[in-house]
Amino acid sequence: MEPLLELLGLAKSAELLSLSPPGWGGNLLRGLVNSLQIAFGAFGFGLVIGLFGAYGKLYGGVVIRDLLAIYTTVIRAVPELVLILILYYVGTDLVNKIAQAFGYGRVEISGVFAGIWVLGIVQGAYSTEVLRGAIQAIPQGQIEAARAFGMPSLMLMRRVTIPAMMSFAVPGLANLWLIATKDTALLAIVGFSELTLETRQAAASTRAYFTFFLAAGALYMMVTLFSGAAFNRIEKWARRGQPSLRGKN
Amino acid sequence: MGTSWSAFAQGEKLMFDLRDLMKPHRIVLMLIFAAIVVWCAYTLRWDWIPTYAPLAIEGLWRTIWILIVTTVLGFFLAIPLGLAQAIGPWYLAAPAKVFCTIIRGTPLLLQIWLLYYGLGSLFPQIPWIRSSELWPYLRQAWPYAVLALTLSYAGYEGEVMRGAFSGVNKGQLEAANAFGMPRLTMFRRIWLPQAIRNVLPTLGGETILQLKATPLVATITVVEIYSVSSRVRADTFIVYEPLLLLAVFYMMIAGVITLLFRRFEQQVPGRATGK
Repeated sequence: MEPLLELLGLAKSAELLSLSPPGWGGNLLRGLVNSLQIAFGAFGFGLVIGLFGAYGKLYGGVVIRDLLAIYTTVIRAVPELVLILILYYVGTDLVNKIAQAFGYGRVEISGVFAGIWVLGIVQGAYSTEVLRGAIQAIPQGQIEAARAFGMPSLMLMRRVTIPAMMSFAVPGLANLWLIATKDTALLAIVGFSELTLETRQAAASTRAYFTFFLAAGALYMMVTLFSGAAFNRIEKWARRGQPSLRGKN
Repeated sequence: MGTSWSAFAQGEKLMFDLRDLMKPHRIVLMLIFAAIVVWCAYTLRWDWIPTYAPLAIEGLWRTIWILIVTTVLGFFLAIPLGLAQAIGPWYLAAPAKVFCTIIRGTPLLLQIWLLYYGLGSLFPQIPWIRSSELWPYLRQAWPYAVLALTLSYAGYEGEVMRGAFSGVNKGQLEAANAFGMPRLTMFRRIWLPQAIRNVLPTLGGETILQLKATPLVATITVVEIYSVSSRVRADTFIVYEPLLLLAVFYMMIAGVITLLFRRFEQQVPGRATGK
């Protein structure tokens, strides 16, 4: 009796998770795509902020350095959830004010863009620190040599600083990417239909909480494991040419 | 994360050093910030504070209470998890590794909802749970919140403690062995204290991360400081003021945690920075 029930239970779960409309699998996958889109965008936006932030912290004037210190300290001390709410309201208010100033009516902001804006600013604080550490780890002579050859500063950044810091930055950035994918779940609270919210809606309307939350957990785990493997390859690529500590290869 | 957090602590030490604070550009910056604070105090609406102050204090207390309980319980869970991964046989190491990977690989919000809605919908269907002594507690939200946050902290810390246990100098353990110290005493007096000392900065950072995770339990109806601010927003339609005040509260708690862990770190002999 027992295994038969279990089999029946699983059959029901499979039906609930099927991709076509009676099942909710399609909704979950759509949520996953939204989550990944936001995570990609926020990670990229955060990297841009982080690169400028790291340069500002290392080479900027005293005021810029202090302001950046405040930015990274505040963002890392306040819960992401609170920051998301504040930045979300500030963002929508700003966009609407600008739209009204140009004579448009209220603007509806797409969830993906709002999510990227909000999470990107949070990610920026962390990647500022990661990239700053990585740039500091570059042997100073390399940058000095490039300067001595009269390389313009943008080319120096593109040809020397960024390639040389990659191997130091990749582990930290991998960590940040994982944080970005998991932080997209917080957007569920502001009502974006990403994976966690889709899961909750599916679970609430079918009362099959375990099935859906475990399925979503499995999807997140797949993303985590796959990214882990991808970042391992990226790290290997970033370390190419460097002597391995293990002696071989 | 550990290295970036210790860098954070250092940066903060620099920022709050009084001599450093008295540079001209910093004085100007401080005046600007003081002006912004005064402007906020006068132009924004704060009249809701007296009405909600008792609720806010209760919420603040519950946030701190949840934070302390879950970090302590989570840490005690993390010790066996770390040990199992560092020296345990494969049948202990593998489950511990899987547990840590799953906890670290899925969003905490999903874990909280899985426990609360999943277990919460499962328990009422089981008769002996409903008739048990625990049922009045299991009907409330906070046991699920505490369980989820404890497991989460344990998962992250288990990984940290694995490194900490394997990082302790082997000679120390051999010396204890040579003196005929029983294994449990050796663990309690030599291995564990040294392992904890090595990762104190990381633990401080992780505790702040845990603080930042506490508002998530507001989504399962636990009343803590974050949910008080949501309630103010829902009742009065005041958006920014409660959120800003909330952010200030969290920064103060994070500051206290940083100071506490700095005190702990200064107590480590040989590395004391006080002298």
